[in-house]
Amino acid sequence: MSHQSDLIATDINEYLAQHERKQLLRFITCGSVDDGKSTLIGRLLFDSKMLYEDHIAQLESESKVHGTTGGKFDPALVTDGLKAEREQGITIDVAYRYFSTAKRKFIIADTPGHEQYTRNMATGASTADLAIILIDARYGMLTQTRRHSFIVSLLGIRHVVVTINKMDLVDFSQNRFEEICDSYRDFAARLDLPDLHFIPISALNGDNVVEPSPSMPWYQGSTLMNFLETVYIGSDRNFEDFRFPVQYVNRPNLDFRGFCGTIASGIVRKGDEIMVLPSRQTSHVKEIVVQGETPDEAFTPQSVTLTLETEIDCSRGDMIVRPGNLPKVSNSFDAMIVWMSQEAMIPGKSYLIKHTTQTIPGQIESLRYRVDVNTLHRSPAPDLQLNEIGRCTIVVNQPIYYDPYRRNRTTGAFIVIDRISNITVGAGMITSREADRKQTLAPWEIEESGDSTGESSVRTITTDERRARMGQAPVTLLFTGMSGSGKSTIARGVERALFDNGRLSVVLDGEDLRRGLSRDLGYTPEDRSENLRRCAHVARLLNENGFICLASLIAPSAAVRDKAAELVGRERFLVIHVDAPVEVCQQRDPRGHYQSAEQGQMPRLPGAGTTYEAPTSPDLVLNTQQMSIEECVEKVVELLSSRKFVS
Amino acid sequence: MTSYSLTHLKLLEAESIHIIREVAAEFSNPVMLYSIGKDSAVMTHLTLKAFYPDKPPFPFLHVDTTWKFREMIAYRESYVRQKLGIELLVHINEEGLKLGLDPAENSEKHTEVMKTESLKQALNKYKFDAAFGGARRDEEKSRAKERVFSFRDKFHRWDPKNQRPELWNLYNSKVNPGESIRVFPLSNWTELDVWQYIHLENIPLVPLYLAAEREVVERGGTLIMKDDDRLTLRPGEKLEKRMVRFRTLGCYPLTGAVESNATTLPQIIQEMLLTKTSERQGRMIDKDAGGAGMEEKKKQGYF
Repeated sequence: MSHQSDLIATDINEYLAQHERKQLLRFITCGSVDDGKSTLIGRLLFDSKMLYEDHIAQLESESKVHGTTGGKFDPALVTDGLKAEREQGITIDVAYRYFSTAKRKFIIADTPGHEQYTRNMATGASTADLAIILIDARYGMLTQTRRHSFIVSLLGIRHVVVTINKMDLVDFSQNRFEEICDSYRDFAARLDLPDLHFIPISALNGDNVVEPSPSMPWYQGSTLMNFLETVYIGSDRNFEDFRFPVQYVNRPNLDFRGFCGTIASGIVRKGDEIMVLPSRQTSHVKEIVVQGETPDEAFTPQSVTLTLETEIDCSRGDMIVRPGNLPKVSNSFDAMIVWMSQEAMIPGKSYLIKHTTQTIPGQIESLRYRVDVNTLHRSPAPDLQLNEIGRCTIVVNQPIYYDPYRRNRTTGAFIVIDRISNITVGAGMITSREADRKQTLAPWEIEESGDSTGESSVRTITTDERRARMGQAPVTLLFTGMSGSGKSTIARGVERALFDNGRLSVVLDGEDLRRGLSRDLGYTPEDRSENLRRCAHVARLLNENGFICLASLIAPSAAVRDKAAELVGRERFLVIHVDAPVEVCQQRDPRGHYQSAEQGQMPRLPGAGTTYEAPTSPDLVLNTQQMSIEECVEKVVELLSSRKFVS
Repeated sequence: MTSYSLTHLKLLEAESIHIIREVAAEFSNPVMLYSIGKDSAVMTHLTLKAFYPDKPPFPFLHVDTTWKFREMIAYRESYVRQKLGIELLVHINEEGLKLGLDPAENSEKHTEVMKTESLKQALNKYKFDAAFGGARRDEEKSRAKERVFSFRDKFHRWDPKNQRPELWNLYNSKVNPGESIRVFPLSNWTELDVWQYIHLENIPLVPLYLAAEREVVERGGTLIMKDDDRLTLRPGEKLEKRMVRFRTLGCYPLTGAVESNATTLPQIIQEMLLTKTSERQGRMIDKDAGGAGMEEKKKQGYF
């Protein structure tokens, strides 16, 4: 394992002194075998002289059996792990590789690019400072490139190097390189990737991997290795918010009571005033014990032991913070969850949530939407399947102390454990609920504006989910027209037609309402208005629950109809004017209203005493004198279909 | 502003201590599997740091095959048990011992009975729910995918295809009775890291790691030390004194020495950096069953 250093042979002590001060960089490689990912890793290890001769000899013999390079040394085999995978020729899990140069030690999380392994990539990305995203120069951006970039952004990796590989196969074309960079930049604008770099390489031949490529003189930037050695990661850690989840209480004797843990973020100094959550008791730091020494300060991510000036109640799962800088304390929070189990995530089911040093029962109360990792498109979903990602609301049995993941990768992360199988089934990243969303959330999270209908937020099943389940978008149809115009008959006909097509609708008949909900109402314009208001509220509830609502009311006032539209939501409120000449209506008089009016029992019947204000721009007009019921029903169904409320 | 940055060794140390404490906090009956080698020495050191000023809150267990170098046993007793005062359990497969297996003649059987089986016996006997091991991911290809918290079923088997996802530093320690977790706090350390850390922290080691004149016999291209009278010379073999040291420590008839003049730690590191063969090359187990020797052994419960 010969690092390229003469010092090893000439002055080993000096060499050791130099190498004791190395930094550590963890990165993840994203791409598939086809992109040359394994080849690239093999190349990094090979060119940094991290392979022993016996490894190389073994690889050469394996290259003949499993290699894809026609028996020639296949660097890709360096990274291949388990026997079954070697036989299948694919990598199926997360593997960690190690190499170092004079400047840094590197840990590579090598994860497969294969579609169903989102969970593995999320796993590898969770501890990475940097991501290498591989693109085959011949094919440019692919679906998987989008997927990988999204996961990298989701897991909060700040530094991304897009390596355009196989430049040798596109004649080392600068135009091709720039074309790919441009399309990537366009796409990445939708993600939170603050530090983005592009390097043209050929992993197989080593161009721009360790040595600059003589074939690409137009590229003046760093080689990949040089970039990895120098990229500044010092500011990635959060040194502002002191968070110390208590991991273990060390009490060897009555004189010593130490709180052990890893500083999740921030800095702590001897004498600092601290507060313990959840008790909110305060004290001062008496001593910081770091592996047997007692320094004046300690910082993230050191593992330390703190002793306090006063005896206060504090145990595993508690968090020590500064009184002036508190995390959120709540038993309910929102998060993006990556689902990692064959068994789907079910909203409402009880799971264990492990967050910092607490493991507590809780539920994923609701799934607000699912994100398609390939298109970033969000859609409603009843559950999350393996490798799916969704935004959820989580409720736990006792409060946790957290920060948004974007601000703190330790106090903002949690895992979900199945209570029966004990398997880790999900990983979550807490999102902010605050008004400052734009500062802490990625653009795809900001898009979320909520339904304009002001839908109640406590629902566990969203309108969108119901839409997906029922194959229909909720809508309210107001059949308005004079008594006897045929509103109820048509509404019932439409209900039947929808039902026969597997759709669910409910008829709200003004007269029916008056028998119960509106029993207290009469027929004054005020009472008619109130009846419509109640009807609109019921319609809205029905709509929120996914049903199509067919409201049949005279609704004579244009202003009141407009209020109803506002209440239900204009985008899902259609006005159908059921029109027939007043004589025809009077003649039909199915409910005997006109007769009552004539007898003076119903003095304000529209069309017979008061005005019916016909809609000026209805979505549909049905003239029931000229059209049959069947024709009318057909027109209504056509309207629903053309407006995409039913498919 | 002060540079709030840690060297790679300090980062590795912090991570390992976090792992060790997590196990002490979450399991009811953990154990440190202690093999007396350099990786065990580093784990011991990290454990002492993790619980300073207290002693480790769990026992150490050495699975003794009865064929370890005498110097290893002496170090175990005088340093770990006496000087550090650590609670040390020693387990020997007494049933297996009756078979009288000679590792020099039947290495595979010996390893299976006195090491793999013996370890399972001990784990069953004490009902440990977590066991620390010193394995590193850089040692061998199949280990590159091993989790830090590696789940074992009640037969102590590892299922490489069905491992629990492991994210951030949130380790899942949930097991049912009879099941257990093997914990590898040194997962992210490389051989060089281990040596550098030993050097920096002045961690005492078994002297066998340093070159000295020792009586060895050349057997099948490997130098085997005659540690006691149980090693019988085969026809044509002869003992000779050579300057040798050991890169790994195990059962002495199965552990090849390398010729060396490295008598100090920096010299060992120097040799290691200049050498061209990997560490486990000195051991015979990995080569069993083609390239996947270790993987097969792990599925059966070998560490």
